[in-house]
Amino acid sequence: MSNKPVKHAQAAAEFLEDDPHRLFHDERLWDMRQKRDQQMHGMPEWQELRDRASRIKEHTLANLPTYLEQFEENARRNGIHVHWARDGAEHNRIVAEIMGKHDAKSLIKSKSMITDECEMREYLEPRGITVTETDLGERIQQLDHQLPSHVVVPAVQKLTGDVAKIFAKYYGTDPNIKDPHELAEAQREAARPVLLSGDTGMTGGNFIVAETGGFVVCTNEGNADLSSNLPNVHIATLGIERLVPRVEDLGVFVRLLSRSALGSPITQYTTHFRGPRKGGEMHVILVDNGRSDRLAMPQFWSSLKCIRCGACMNTCPVYRRSGGQSYGSVYSGPIGAIIDPTFNAKKFSTLPFASTMNGSCSNVCPVEINIHEQIYDWRRVLAEKHDIPFVKREIMKMAGRLLAQPRLYRVSIEGTEVALKTMPRFVLYNYLNPWGKHRELPHPVKETFNSWYRKNRLKTSTKKEHESA
Amino acid sequence: MKIGLFIPCYIDAFYPKTGIATLELLEKLGQDVDYPMDQTCCGQPMANSGCNKDARETEELFVRNFSKYDVIVAPSGSCVHHIRDNFDAIEQTDAVKHIRQNTYELVEFIHDILKVREFPWAEFPHKVGLHNSCGTLRALRTASMSERNEPFFSKPMDLLSAVKGIEFAKPKRPDECCGFGGTYSVTEEAVSARMGLDKVTDHHNAGAEYIVSADTSCMMHQQGCAERNGVPIKFIHIAEILNGARA
Ligand code: SF4
Repeated sequence: MSNKPVKHAQAAAEFLEDDPHRLFHDERLWDMRQKRDQQMHGMPEWQELRDRASRIKEHTLANLPTYLEQFEENARRNGIHVHWARDGAEHNRIVAEIMGKHDAKSLIKSKSMITDECEMREYLEPRGITVTETDLGERIQQLDHQLPSHVVVPAVQKLTGDVAKIFAKYYGTDPNIKDPHELAEAQREAARPVLLSGDTGMTGGNFIVAETGGFVVCTNEGNADLSSNLPNVHIATLGIERLVPRVEDLGVFVRLLSRSALGSPITQYTTHFRGPRKGGEMHVILVDNGRSDRLAMPQFWSSLKCIRCGACMNTCPVYRRSGGQSYGSVYSGPIGAIIDPTFNAKKFSTLPFASTMNGSCSNVCPVEINIHEQIYDWRRVLAEKHDIPFVKREIMKMAGRLLAQPRLYRVSIEGTEVALKTMPRFVLYNYLNPWGKHRELPHPVKETFNSWYRKNRLKTSTKKEHESA
Repeated sequence: MKIGLFIPCYIDAFYPKTGIATLELLEKLGQDVDYPMDQTCCGQPMANSGCNKDARETEELFVRNFSKYDVIVAPSGSCVHHIRDNFDAIEQTDAVKHIRQNTYELVEFIHDILKVREFPWAEFPHKVGLHNSCGTLRALRTASMSERNEPFFSKPMDLLSAVKGIEFAKPKRPDECCGFGGTYSVTEEAVSARMGLDKVTDHHNAGAEYIVSADTSCMMHQQGCAERNGVPIKFIHIAEILNGARA
């Protein structure tokens, strides 16, 4: 992985240049946020559910080893093969081994962010294994060689016309198709033969249940059910933080998930897997990939509570206006800003700064992750590690010194006013001045409050002091 | 009760009117207000950039200036949020704790501490769009937020409702951040300015003549966006309206 810091500001600025994309993206995601609000208002116990979801996750994370072992034992009893992967590389090797044993060459998979995180496709394809995404959005991104733009709606950054062009290139359909249904049909036609001939199926998993040794997959397209049921071998890749202790906990999370994500009461399909079907084989790969390290980080461990609903992205005014690709990572938006640096602090050092820290994310998050406070904490950690630009560091050092010396500060502030009055416009508005690029500067004033106070009040207040003394 | 008035740097330099209105308003409400001349800033710009250590001396100066007061009042939600929730570059002595527990944003001070609801001198015959900064909305909690399932409340609205002739516009996304975000406004200027323009357009489309807010920094940014793009809307701090400004 390259260590070059992601240029979020620049990518976002480019995204904003195209009006149709920018407007659609903002409106579509804002619509999801509003539908979520409607669902919330229909549930008086909303806040109670959030509190409970958060507590269950905190409890589970605090007892993660115990629950993981409980899950493993129960899953084995159900006839599931359980594998442990320390990182992405180990995960990918395990997948290749399982497939090798069956001489399998075609992996059909439903959406799972974690396989993107493990860069599984990049590992398997050179080894002669074809990987086919069956989730429509994920498939579009795969064909376009892009990371998902969003955890729930991976191709949300694309307009119908973009998809029509991509399908025309790979499926030979009409590049001018305007109807999204027609495009979905084209995808179905193209995917069906692959689905039918695929020899291994792969899913992610939204929740792992320790007490039953089972796991739950929530989708809206039913593609996870095809991926898992058509082929004989089903591999499920599961992040270790997806655990909940009991089946009844699902009642809390399933009620929150789709309401927070899309503003629908529940996903179209909620599939509970407990073990292989007759004659079939089921594998579960429990992936760590940095999670246990994160669990040991005092400020950031609670990001592991995340259930990947995407609500924080939908509500984020910065994400809506910059698009998922600008984050340069599998996880974008507010949740990306706090977990991406745990994978690579240098590369993703810019993301905690791609935020106004407005706090909307933390307040929609169904598991009450204090996202915006973690963004604030990341800034500190990164500044201390010197993972922020040198110029910014120097400016802040200077500002800190100046603001600590009232006299010097006075001289400089009275200077600002003079500068605003006398400097020609082109000096203030050149392209090196980021404030002035899309905005006017504040108007100059005749005097500062400080000097007004000195002239109008100081004499009277010292008089008062003398009188009282 | 002796009040120390904190006038943040950008109000001091660019919006002295707001500082004057705050002072006069508190005096009209019978308060004993003092403005320490050697004040500069609360340390927020450095702390929000991650450079908390660089905020140390500024925070120390703030303590020297303000520890002698019973309460500290500032017409700026974001600065009060910093002082109350993040003022930790320095040792947490009793003086520091006293300051952190007794610093108020102007609206909450009038609403919760003075419990004043009448401003007989105030009249503002205009349609206004109220902008709650994210600091006041989600940190100081001076109003209910749309993200939560909670009954409606709004301290700034409670105060403004007592002003004769005032009318409120209803923007579509009242709680959306305007994109200022301190240094964010320059590090990500394109997104920041886009958010600002969207914000002022929303208020303008809702029929607002003025945007009124308890945070000058947001308005400085919004005004810049409105002027550059020719959105005809004016800006005024809530202190000025409550103090009796007519326009
Ligand atoms: S951080 Fe919270 S809101 Fe964001 S995706 Fe995770 S669970 Fe959803």
